[in-house]
Amino acid sequence: MTPHGNPEFPGESTPAGSANEGSRAAAASASSTPATSTTESHSHSQWPLWEVFVRSSRGLSHVHAGSLHAPDAAMALRNARDLYTRRNEGVSIWVVPADAISASDPDAKGSFFESPQGKDYRHATYYTKSEGVKHL
Amino acid sequence: MASQNLQSVPAELSPEEVEREKAGQAYFERIIAEDSRIEPRDWMPEAYRKTLLRQISQHAHSEIIGMQPEANWITRAPSLKRKAILMAKVQDEAGHGLYLYSAAETLGQSRDKMMEDLIAGKARYSSIFNYPAVSWADMGAIGWLVDGAAICNQVPLCRASYGPYGRAMVRICKEESFHQRQGFEILLELSNGTPAQKQMAQEAVNRWYAPSLMMFGPPDDDSPNSRQSMAWNIKRFSNDELRSRFVGMIVEQVKVLGLELPDKDIRYNEETRKWEYGPLDWEEFKNVLAGRGPCNSQRLERRRQAHDDGAWVREAAAEYARKQAEKEYAA
Repeated sequence: MTPHGNPEFPGESTPAGSANEGSRAAAASASSTPATSTTESHSHSQWPLWEVFVRSSRGLSHVHAGSLHAPDAAMALRNARDLYTRRNEGVSIWVVPADAISASDPDAKGSFFESPQGKDYRHATYYTKSEGVKHL
Repeated sequence: MASQNLQSVPAELSPEEVEREKAGQAYFERIIAEDSRIEPRDWMPEAYRKTLLRQISQHAHSEIIGMQPEANWITRAPSLKRKAILMAKVQDEAGHGLYLYSAAETLGQSRDKMMEDLIAGKARYSSIFNYPAVSWADMGAIGWLVDGAAICNQVPLCRASYGPYGRAMVRICKEESFHQRQGFEILLELSNGTPAQKQMAQEAVNRWYAPSLMMFGPPDDDSPNSRQSMAWNIKRFSNDELRSRFVGMIVEQVKVLGLELPDKDIRYNEETRKWEYGPLDWEEFKNVLAGRGPCNSQRLERRRQAHDDGAWVREAAAEYARKQAEKEYAA
């Protein structure tokens, strides 16, 4: 693509081989041509998945922000910075290989989290306030 | 809805599996009825998964392809300030694409497969990015109208029933509002400039008005998937509803710009309390979506080229990581 010409301008010439703007015929014929690309498709396995945790400011804990693919931890950190802290959202980042995370079984949600149920007495609001008693 | 979902249970299941499917189904329906969120490891109907995967991956592709009409103007932005703003915007779009690919991956599709589908021309993306950006004023009109329409569409998606999609949309919407404001500002500056600059702004608005209204998708009576998506709490409002709201917003904003919308039929209907607009060319919409738009082949070719040009970087990074890991193992 020419650095200073506008390839999108219908009047300007476009690089050889690429379809002209506004040329529907060219577009139609090109779209029916099979793709010639994806040279390395299936030949390399996908980069591992990393989960990203960002500390938004000092004194707060790291919070899950999202995930990304990267070949190693150093690249994962750099990519995480570019992807999740473009607007000063963080002062610290953790990246964790997604497959290193153990998670509770979603099918067992009922029984796994059953224990606190019916134990309202663990909350302060369970207790009736006595009138006039302060600092309690 | 219930009867349709039952059909998604394959016939060759053992009695225990059938029980588990039924329990999953009941749980899914309760979550939807409570307007709560479905998370990746929850049971979900195949059709729900497919619908989401299609919608989220198309959305991701749109962000990635959407970088092109604007990236094309970075070298010719009229000032250093505008260049810096445009670069930030294009970088955001790359980021938005990545958030969305991550969300789509949680549904079981690999990112490589999505990339391949895009490059092979098998995947769809928003029709809007197949129109050319022919003048600097188009950067203004794209920001104001195209990003404006996108925000209108995306804000309700923050409450989509699928957790990862909603969370990605929250992040995207936060970042997107600057996109619309910088576009409005570009048009405002041009409109207050020389008569030629004002005309350039008006022409850009004329070019992008109808395509941006069509971004909301086909009219409600011609949008077969909408009703199901709304029943699943993926979509919250119909295409026409959102389009009408958007018209109501820009009809006021255009006055501040001192420009006009190229539509004499815009009016507020007191009875329906909705904004109405002139007829849109849905034949054109279908053609552009089917790959016969003014820039479809150029956009895909550019995407392919960028993918191929980046191959050595990906290979080098992978090789470096492999060697480092080997060294660590040996030490």
